[in-house]
Amino acid sequence: MRLPVRLTVLLAAIGLGLWLVPVKMVVLWTDALVFLLVAVLTAFVIYMRGKPHLRAPWGQVIRRPLAAASLVVLCAYVVVGLLDSVHFREQLSAQAGTENNEIHYSVEVLSLLDLLATPLRTRLEKSYSAPLAAQLYSKETVTLDDGSTARIYPRLDYGGAHLDDPASQRGADIAQRSLMALLFGLLAWAALVAAWVAWLARRHGHGFRDELQVILRGEADLPWRSIFATVGALILFIACALKLGIAYHLLGTDKVGNDVLYLSLKSIRTGLVIGTLTTLIMLPFAVLLGIMAGHFRGWVDDVIQYIYTTLSSIPGVLLIAAAILSVQVYIANNPELFETVVERADLRLLFLCMILGITSWTGLCRLLRGETLKLREMDYIQAAQAFGVGHFKIITRHILPNVMHIVLIAVVLDFSALVLAEAVLSYVGVGVDPSMVSWGNMINSARLEMAREPVVWWSLIAAFCFMFLLVLAANLFSDAVRDAFDPRTGRG
Amino acid sequence: MLAYIVRRSLYAIPILIGVNLLTFWLFFVVNSPDDMARMQLGMKHVTPEAIERWKADQGYDKPLLYNAAAEGGDKFTHTIFFDKSVSLFVFDFGTADDGRDIGYDIRQRMWPSLMLAIPVFVIGLLVTITFALLMAFFRATYVDYAGVVLCVILMSISALFYIIGGQYLISKLMHLVPISGYDGGLSAFKFLILPVVIGIISGIGAGSRWYRTIFLEEVNKDYVRTARAKGLPERVVLFKHVLKNAMIPILTGVVVTIPMLFMGSLITESFFGIPGLGSYTIDAIRAQDFGIVRAMVFLGSVLYIIGLLLTDLSYTLVDPRVRLS
Repeated sequence: MRLPVRLTVLLAAIGLGLWLVPVKMVVLWTDALVFLLVAVLTAFVIYMRGKPHLRAPWGQVIRRPLAAASLVVLCAYVVVGLLDSVHFREQLSAQAGTENNEIHYSVEVLSLLDLLATPLRTRLEKSYSAPLAAQLYSKETVTLDDGSTARIYPRLDYGGAHLDDPASQRGADIAQRSLMALLFGLLAWAALVAAWVAWLARRHGHGFRDELQVILRGEADLPWRSIFATVGALILFIACALKLGIAYHLLGTDKVGNDVLYLSLKSIRTGLVIGTLTTLIMLPFAVLLGIMAGHFRGWVDDVIQYIYTTLSSIPGVLLIAAAILSVQVYIANNPELFETVVERADLRLLFLCMILGITSWTGLCRLLRGETLKLREMDYIQAAQAFGVGHFKIITRHILPNVMHIVLIAVVLDFSALVLAEAVLSYVGVGVDPSMVSWGNMINSARLEMAREPVVWWSLIAAFCFMFLLVLAANLFSDAVRDAFDPRTGRG
Repeated sequence: MLAYIVRRSLYAIPILIGVNLLTFWLFFVVNSPDDMARMQLGMKHVTPEAIERWKADQGYDKPLLYNAAAEGGDKFTHTIFFDKSVSLFVFDFGTADDGRDIGYDIRQRMWPSLMLAIPVFVIGLLVTITFALLMAFFRATYVDYAGVVLCVILMSISALFYIIGGQYLISKLMHLVPISGYDGGLSAFKFLILPVVIGIISGIGAGSRWYRTIFLEEVNKDYVRTARAKGLPERVVLFKHVLKNAMIPILTGVVVTIPMLFMGSLITESFFGIPGLGSYTIDAIRAQDFGIVRAMVFLGSVLYIIGLLLTDLSYTLVDPRVRLS
């Protein structure tokens, strides 16, 4: 039980640090739920550590090279999402002339990610610019030094501002910076891999070279080759983002001059929140009602079946639209409830998760009902009933552990569908708040620019790539989870 | 058979009542008509008179459930609930915010939706089943593995990108078909071909993978082994034996969606400017026209329930073991 102690110390240190820094913490509703989810998962992992039968299927998942690589990608997304879930408001520096010692806080809610990405966040251009460009995307009339006016592509305020003559220097500069990034990235990666292999070697009591050979031949207990390759790709991307992103806009800028890379990173949290909180919200209902319907049968079953048939008979998008429109009216009529724009957008996100949860629990509920109906005829449950074990105990001790694999499979399969749904809903106009950065909103605003010549493709492609990578990783991972946990697919 | 259909249709009534109460609660109780009026008229400078006028125009100026001012039976019929919700049961959808008859619009817009949805459904089903059968035929080989990976990749792409990418590539760069629009009669073909192809492609990933699982489950059963032991070629085993038996789980998922084809596809229709029910719904949501949204919710539930009924009936056609009682 050393891990919980270490965690407590870590949390206390973070708390102390935040208390010392002059900021006002802002805990949004979704933040609180995200951290609740993290706590639940941590508790689950700690619980599992001592139970070999629970760990076995996970071991099977992680031994699949594709699943292991996907897990690395998912972890990277989760880290960004968590960094973006710690919100605070900066203290404004005391204005000269004010007598009272009252402390004022900025109305702008920032997150740790914003803090880390300050260069990306603050370097606003005027309008569109292509990736790695030094000039704006469209021509503007500019007054030159000698007083005459001309239609030229104006230089960007930040992108490539260090160059004297972008036309001749930009290509060489980008090539040089990419090369440096490649070099640094490879060095960092090699150092990391070497340290890791050394640690593994010490743990297994091998020599460094033996361990390395085992890993290279793919004979290690985990698919280290694919894990290291994925980590390498991630490190290279980060190195490029650092080296090029500082001097240019790596993925260009959008209509109001925001850096697209920054927007893409900010969207990660929105996508993850929708993918996970929806499940967190709907899971208790689906599990409880599904098992109750199957276990008690009779009128309980009838009522629960009626509820889920009614809910699932309404087309999902329309139910979401109806509910979101209602919420929208409520928010518009009660502006005094929200201190900042971010809080308002957050409440809408939470509602979206709830409503998505309401529309998506019915499938899981039906599955659980069917499985419970099957289970209750099993000998061990019949025996428990004959011994006079109570309903509550039968459900929690005998039924619940035996349907958990269904719940788990449903949760991981739902995740990617929910991330994709966000984009469609935002297009329909019933997704997240327009002020909130999300892939759906990015696509939606970029879509309108497809008619321009030359085409503004970068924010669309950026949103596509970030979303595709997350959904692909989630799909590959959930495949492995399903294969490991579903008794029907067996050891396929 | 007929008795069964009648009984199942009667089951639909409580469900429809539930749907109705839910939408009524969402649209009229969560937010009062006053809130809606304020929202529609713009948040600032709304006078009480303007709100009253708007409510009177929309027919929202009555009490919600019980009209104490009216006489006799009118106490219950002169209410918003009776006007707006109960009338849906006789498919009287009322009028939209712009004064058009919703029922008429739905009947008009149904046809373009079907023109798009039916080819996507039929050809899409054939393509995905063929693809899944191919993967099952080459199971546990690299062909199968590559197929599954391709399916996962296709699944991971948002439907929006299929549409945007298709429009950009085919219409804008290659000028093969118009970007969007619609026309009646035979000239509809050139407007519909691209959305149909995109609809089919975007469904291949998830569909094929699901059917492949079904086929593989079937392939391991005893009767298949017997068929092989008789010396039947694998081709015959797959197409005559496995395919027929796999139809049962496939039908469960497919038949229920057939009536829903009427509802059209939200994003495809709106991207391609096809005047069907999908774009109708999207426009209503964007304009916050609650009358249309309510009508479409009700229509959707009715079609879903019809789909459930059809699913049960289709079992008797493909599976002689199932008897309706």
